Amino acid sequence: MAKSKSAYSIPSKLSKSETHIIVVWVDNEASVLSRVVGLFSGRGYNIESLAVAEVDQKNNLSRITIVTTGTPEVIEQIVLQLKKLVPVHKVGNFKREDKKVIFKEMALFKVVGNLAKIKKALNACKNFNPVILDQTDKSAVIQITALRREIDKMAKNLKSHGLISVSRTGAVAMTRGAEIFN
Amino acid sequence: MPKLYTGAEIVFKCLEEQKVNHIFGYPGGAVLPIYDELKNHSSIKHILVRHEQGAGHAAEGYARSSGKPGVVLVTSGPGATNVVTALTDAYMDSVPLVCISGQVPTHLIGTDAFQECDTTGITRPCTKHNWLVKDINDLQRIMHEAFEVATSGRPGPVLVDIPKDIQFAKTKYVSLKKEKKIEIKNKNRFTQKEIDQLIVLMSKASKPIFYTGGGVVNSGPKASELLRELVALTGFPITSTLQGLGSYPGDDNQFLGMLGMHGTYEANNAMHDCDLLINIGARFDDRITGKIDEFSPKSKKVHIDIDPSSINKIIKVDLAIVGDVTDVIKSTTKTLKKKNLNLEKSNKQKISKWWQQIEKWRTKQSLNFINSDKIIKPQHAVQRLYELTKNQDTFITTEVGQHQMWAAQHYKFNKPNRWMTSGGLGTMGYGLPAAIGVQVANPNKLVVDVAGEASILMTMQEISTAIQYNLPIKIFILNNQYMGMVRQWQELLHEKNYSESYSEALPDFVKLAEAYGCVGIRAEKPDELDEKIEEMINVNKPVIFDCHVDQAENCFPMIPSGKPHNQMLLGPKDQEENKITGKGKALV
Repeated sequence: MAKSKSAYSIPSKLSKSETHIIVVWVDNEASVLSRVVGLFSGRGYNIESLAVAEVDQKNNLSRITIVTTGTPEVIEQIVLQLKKLVPVHKVGNFKREDKKVIFKEMALFKVVGNLAKIKKALNACKNFNPVILDQTDKSAVIQITALRREIDKMAKNLKSHGLISVSRTGAVAMTRGAEIFN
Repeated sequence: MPKLYTGAEIVFKCLEEQKVNHIFGYPGGAVLPIYDELKNHSSIKHILVRHEQGAGHAAEGYARSSGKPGVVLVTSGPGATNVVTALTDAYMDSVPLVCISGQVPTHLIGTDAFQECDTTGITRPCTKHNWLVKDINDLQRIMHEAFEVATSGRPGPVLVDIPKDIQFAKTKYVSLKKEKKIEIKNKNRFTQKEIDQLIVLMSKASKPIFYTGGGVVNSGPKASELLRELVALTGFPITSTLQGLGSYPGDDNQFLGMLGMHGTYEANNAMHDCDLLINIGARFDDRITGKIDEFSPKSKKVHIDIDPSSINKIIKVDLAIVGDVTDVIKSTTKTLKKKNLNLEKSNKQKISKWWQQIEKWRTKQSLNFINSDKIIKPQHAVQRLYELTKNQDTFITTEVGQHQMWAAQHYKFNKPNRWMTSGGLGTMGYGLPAAIGVQVANPNKLVVDVAGEASILMTMQEISTAIQYNLPIKIFILNNQYMGMVRQWQELLHEKNYSESYSEALPDFVKLAEAYGCVGIRAEKPDELDEKIEEMINVNKPVIFDCHVDQAENCFPMIPSGKPHNQMLLGPKDQEENKITGKGKALV
């Protein structure tokens, strides 16, 4: 190895990256999202997807769901750094493979074509709770809810069925059973 | 009907309730209502700086030497952006600052108004938290919360951005005592079980070491007293980071000196070879650890810190104790005494070999340098400064570079809060304004800024502040005409290509001092050094001391980049010896 000229150490071996879903309960106040997102960009963490909305109007609480990838060390830091932010109340951390947690994303597909084509498209979506939100004789807007990779796949498959536009949300998460996350 | 107060009045009422005596600031259009109100509050003294960065660093010096939060007042736009360096510096070194900035009136925010900038956006990554006050009714709560956030847990800077119309608007004021106590995030999360585990580790260790940091200083003077007791009780060796200097007496035999990139040979080797490493209030900074993979490979590691996110951030530890250093040490000492484990006695046998090894390392005398009677060696200058000031309670600040490391190596601190240096951010230009803040907080004490001639020029204008307020700070410049640390790296790693590290046109510092209205002293020969230093100490005015030192001197020992602790580069004396004996640089 060449002699280092840097005043900084060379990077050491990294462990394997994992995908996690981080759920953050925050005060719904001005710039709270930029605090959370800024923490991620400032410290070089990834954001794969993001979903945020107020969930408790009375207590003024929003719930932010972030899908991220990182080594176990990085994931631990993400959780601890988030907890230090003043408007953050609690932080949940789940592995994507966690069987105790449900993850869902929603997508809207605009399909253009004749009725037969639209029917085919709708049929292709049948496993993902398709709902027609708008229909004309040459177009339809189909809503599905599914996992990220399923939506990825559908978006690819529907290309041949007249898909011209896709809009999708980030993942939202909830634990199974009667327990809630504390 | 209750009396109504303007936003500007509320700012001062909050400052008074927070027992603020000094604020460092610079006026401007968007803070004029607050400045207008200043005359009505005689308990609060305003120190007018010459540049907002100076206000920030002065407030840092004030905070670090007094233990109280530093308060900064600046205007919108350039006032706020100028203070960003100081906020970042305070964030890195965990210094409690409350910065109040003016902002354009609410209805103009977002219109690119005159002197408008997105202050909360710009300062978000360099503060613990910040607020834009959009409603006069929030002002009081936010002001008090700002002090709470800045001073609780791991301290740090906060910023409150107040639009001009909010400073004029009126509302009621409720005294703090009646206000509901603001909820603090719980600081102590450790359990007795963890303390017990620590004590088991301590009793089993045969090569233990304490590695202490700025957290001990931040925890308050009590923490240093408790630390001294714990170290005496255990008989373990102790080393300190740059920021932790002073929390344990620098001249005590159990103290191995500073560790890290320019730490002593014995401290770094002890860190590498130890079997128990107890980190108290330090953060495994990259200047400390060197190569992570080979950092202290054989040790069990304990980390005591108030900030849970410091744990396992860089170095995976075996036992984490989250809490205030004072409380953790208190519990540890109490448990030690209760269990009647007099480690000093029972462990003496066990760790006596360890001490023998340490003494062997000590014989290297790694801070040694080849002195000269023709030219002033910078290390010698710091040593003389120490010898001539150690009989009084002296406060030292520094700029950043070689002089900073020499000061850390050769000035022995005996008390906490006496050493103010920019460690995390490494801000050249920190020391002069910081010295001003220190002198404001400690009016009758000797305050010396050990400086380099390149650093000092970055915030030179603040000497004018020192003159205005009769602050007799001493600027002790180790003048080698180079950006010394840059020059050193270029010599060692870039084939002596001294690219842009030489200052071609330096001012005459003595004349400069006179122009500002203070005293200038120059020393060029070793034999005149003591006399001139005495002269500097005895002048009751700000002094700029231009100490001409050897331009070629390098700061040793050092850990070259990418190397572990046990592969240090020692000074020229040792390098010579090694050459003669042909042993290379293989050590012990």
